[in-house]
Amino acid sequence: MYSKRLDGRGFDELRKIEAKLGVVESAQGSAMFRIGDTIAIAAVRGPRDLYPKFMQNPKRGTLRCNYNMMSFSVDERIRPGPSRRSREISLVTENALMPAVNLSDFPNAVVDVFIEIIQADAGTRCAGICAASLALADAGIPMRDLVCAISVGKVGDKIVVDLNKLEEDYEGGSTDMPVAFLPRRNEISLLQLDGEMKKEDILKALELAKKSCEKILEVQRNVLMEKYKNE
Amino acid sequence: MNNVSRDYMIKLLEKGKRIDGRRFEDLRKVEISYEISKHAEGAARVKFGSTEVIVGVKLEVGKPFPDNPNEGTIIVGAEMLPLSSPDFESGPPSVNSIELARVVDRAIRESHAIDLEKLCIKEGEEVWMVLIDIYTINDGGNLQDASALAALAALKQAKFPSYDGKKIDYSKKTGKLPIASLPVECSVVRIKDKLLSDPCLDEEKMMDARLTIGITENNDICAMQKAGKGIFRFEDISEMIEVSLKNSEKLRKLLK
Repeated sequence: MYSKRLDGRGFDELRKIEAKLGVVESAQGSAMFRIGDTIAIAAVRGPRDLYPKFMQNPKRGTLRCNYNMMSFSVDERIRPGPSRRSREISLVTENALMPAVNLSDFPNAVVDVFIEIIQADAGTRCAGICAASLALADAGIPMRDLVCAISVGKVGDKIVVDLNKLEEDYEGGSTDMPVAFLPRRNEISLLQLDGEMKKEDILKALELAKKSCEKILEVQRNVLMEKYKNE
Repeated sequence: MNNVSRDYMIKLLEKGKRIDGRRFEDLRKVEISYEISKHAEGAARVKFGSTEVIVGVKLEVGKPFPDNPNEGTIIVGAEMLPLSSPDFESGPPSVNSIELARVVDRAIRESHAIDLEKLCIKEGEEVWMVLIDIYTINDGGNLQDASALAALAALKQAKFPSYDGKKIDYSKKTGKLPIASLPVECSVVRIKDKLLSDPCLDEEKMMDARLTIGITENNDICAMQKAGKGIFRFEDISEMIEVSLKNSEKLRKLLK
């Protein structure tokens, strides 16, 4: 029985969220997204020419994502440089963002999205996606929608939202399900699951994720409105 | 860099002016902040104008080198993140990032900034390893000095995790890392015959050469590195050291 969350939150309660634009001055667009103790920054460079040339697409621009955790973002130091895990997350992040951007006006070009995790307490890929989505908007890349991502799952016998590290490691069993939404279009662009859950629980968790993404969207929208209200 | 900007900057320099309005010996606004990652044993963010770097220190237990069986070890790495500049690419460390890390390492090592004997747990078998990782966030020029200052600031913050001889418990912090000196680095670039402290990106791009000088709190020079393809004249060197000695004090005052 998981009767009370380890950090005292309600089962449907997100950790504190904070977002900020323009954290990398020389980038076309950039953002910080913080949820609890997980801190991600993202920067967008481009559209710019894509090399090697054979990778260019004459019909539309290419989105390229790079997710990385800083070596000191966790207790046991991570060796700098790409790992199998970071490559996979880069790929799913790309796939999560792709449906939201429209790069048809940028043939042969690439839009690079760089995501760095500075401090990790679970949910890093989702925080990275939230930051990246803000950075793309900040860069003025044509977008159909923002992207909001959150991890839901099951800790012990309870469906919960926004698991922290302690909950991910909960000895009574824990399942982690990261989800990304395009809220206005009501589409899912990322869905993964690590652990075991029944179908009904998955559906419940998805509902919870959707509800939670509204809160994330509000934070994202506010920070964008703040910066661009006069434009 | 294109010729128009280049000519314009040279014209300004001849009038004794820099593109961002500073005097030749001036630093940009330097800021240090802390509490970057609670999982780092010590970490700091340093800004020199628009230039920004984050440095984190991790501590691990490892084997000492056979030639120094009673001393801990230091490893400095630098990642010039493609996030921080359109000129940086992902992949294995570039020669520039290797130079960046090695020059930071040099000042720390040569000034004995960390008392390595105090990092010995069991002679010949177990010592603390100090892993210093530099990440660039925005390249607005002079990543070198920003990285060196951030590394020192992070080291000054660093605390040992607890260790029972078998396992490290990173959630429990014990004493502070033994810091024995405070080396900072000051870089000066030469453009034509002008010497400019703390170069911004445009200045760095058109420099003939750069000299980075590591300086301790006793005004000892503990490291130097000439970078860039150009040359210095003899008289440049003392002028560069002189101005850097003054600037190094200003930088050190910012440390907590």
